[in-house]
Amino acid sequence: MAEAVSVAQEPSSAQRFADAAFRRLCQLCAAAALALVVFIVLRIAISAAPALSDYGPGFLTGTTWDPNKGRYAILPEIWGTLYTSILALVLGTLFGVAAALFLAEGFLGEFVYQLLKAPGLHLHPLWSKLPARAEDALRNLVELLAAIPSVVYGLWGLFVVIPTVRPFCNWLYAHLGWIPFFSTSLAGPGVLPAVLVLSIMILPTITAIGRQALVSVPSKLRMASYGLGATRWETIIGVLLPTASRGIFGGVVLAFGRALGETMALAMLVGNANQIRLSLFSPANTLAALLANNFPEAGPRQVAVLMYAALVLLAITLVVNVAGALLVQRAAARTEGAQ
Amino acid sequence: MTTLPTSVSGPLADVDFAELEKSLQRPRTLINAALDVVVTAMTVLALIPLFSVVWMLAVRGGKKLSLAVLTQLPPAPLEAGGGFGNALLGTLVIVGLAALWTVPFGILNAVYLAQAKPEDRLATGVRFATKVLTGFPSILAGVFAYGAVVLLTGGFSALAGAVAISILMLPVVVLTAEDAIRAVPARMKEAAAGMGATEAQTVWMVLLPTALPGILTGVMLAVARAAGETAPLIFTALFSNYWLSSHGQIHLMQPTASLAVLIYNFAGMPFDNQIELAWAAALVLVLIVLALNIAGQALSRRLPE
Repeated sequence: MAEAVSVAQEPSSAQRFADAAFRRLCQLCAAAALALVVFIVLRIAISAAPALSDYGPGFLTGTTWDPNKGRYAILPEIWGTLYTSILALVLGTLFGVAAALFLAEGFLGEFVYQLLKAPGLHLHPLWSKLPARAEDALRNLVELLAAIPSVVYGLWGLFVVIPTVRPFCNWLYAHLGWIPFFSTSLAGPGVLPAVLVLSIMILPTITAIGRQALVSVPSKLRMASYGLGATRWETIIGVLLPTASRGIFGGVVLAFGRALGETMALAMLVGNANQIRLSLFSPANTLAALLANNFPEAGPRQVAVLMYAALVLLAITLVVNVAGALLVQRAAARTEGAQ
Repeated sequence: MTTLPTSVSGPLADVDFAELEKSLQRPRTLINAALDVVVTAMTVLALIPLFSVVWMLAVRGGKKLSLAVLTQLPPAPLEAGGGFGNALLGTLVIVGLAALWTVPFGILNAVYLAQAKPEDRLATGVRFATKVLTGFPSILAGVFAYGAVVLLTGGFSALAGAVAISILMLPVVVLTAEDAIRAVPARMKEAAAGMGATEAQTVWMVLLPTALPGILTGVMLAVARAAGETAPLIFTALFSNYWLSSHGQIHLMQPTASLAVLIYNFAGMPFDNQIELAWAAALVLVLIVLALNIAGQALSRRLPE
């Protein structure tokens, strides 16, 4: 042991080469990922090209889908996609924001705390953790809603939702049938069951992003409101919701994007009928369900037509998703600035 | 309970203390309490579907679940018994195949993103592309794989299914891995650089081992999402009533069954046996997805602060 061996040393030329190679590999992968996304869009667009030149913009405004005569148009599917998504969004937003408030305001934790306070356990070293644990558990439960595969929701919708809502729907049709929304009977699959299941599927997105937006409202705003003597709900409606509104809205737009592209639940529940109806109980169709139902048996000619429909769906979801992502990002930047 | 003073002298003499008492007879407090109830009811209502789904899966799926169901081939219409062994295997093969190239590719992308300088245009582009893929409708992944693989190879196959699935896995892997690598404390990176480690050595010996739990969380979540996806498989892997392998060979270029597509196909059949099998398959699928999710969350809790 004449001299101490230093751990620190300059990299050898082999190590330098390995470093350069690894960096280049990472760069290559990044470029490949970017190219992949471009390739995906191009692949769909190129496959759609024959139909694009054959049918042109009339494809978007016509209502016939007749493979025997070779006439195709997708207005009913565009209508069905937007109609089911918007209705699901209304329901999902109502319940999603309510759940977000419930989570962000710690309603459950407070309730458990009051329960513990009665027998005097609220300062107990073990029991006192229960309110926070209950909050965590509830948040995980809402996230669980998002983890269940959509085909399982479809199965559940077929065998639970449809039989459950059918009597109500047919009662509404019998007694209030003059209202356009109730103007048909619910025979089985239809708009309403699809909307119900769809709204359950998008609720976790709205709740998660909405809760995040509400929690990141600076606490000094909340304190100031309480200090002025406002009740909890005066604070929520007057201060919290307006401050968090941009973030919540971004979440709603992202959920809209999800609803537009959702396939399985709709393919199983919406009824696949090529018609434009206002009735909630009549079958309809959506772009995604159209693709799912027709692709397995499509001939070369129909493939081009379906690719055109896919391109339309891609354009719609892309616009909605980019808008939603920008809104969430901007809202986050704003609340960070406020703190 | 504190009782309010009935008479006060001095500067508080003008205050009407009865006015300050919280009472449900006042509209403000009444509305407050009513909205508390409304929001609680709505949250409970929003969770009812979850319990209903779990209950139905346990009752209808659990009734049918047995070892035979997990190992036998799907029955013909009106035939009794049978199972979905080939679909279970098919799901594992398709998801495994997709993970095989998505995980390394995604992690290398994440390394690039995490190490990139803020002004790196390529990194900005990749990040945007990944965000676009996050909101990409799953059916369009299937449409792409149909155009890129099925039309090219001339048939439905497990490979085409895996390509479609991998597009949906990629953004989850990249975004979570990037976060995990960025969360490694800067002092560890600086210590490595200070000792003369090259960037590649820092990544391999410091960043990736430290970020491993976070990266694995992302992989688990991606695999969980992939296992439950149906839409991209319907017209890429299609379905099959037979085993993936025969005579000791695995056929990756043949139509392949998967649990998700089996549920979709069997749910629409007018035969009780098939519908019962669909419920049992749904139970198995949900158990797989939940196990992966819980494992992923357990890993992420051990992340370094």
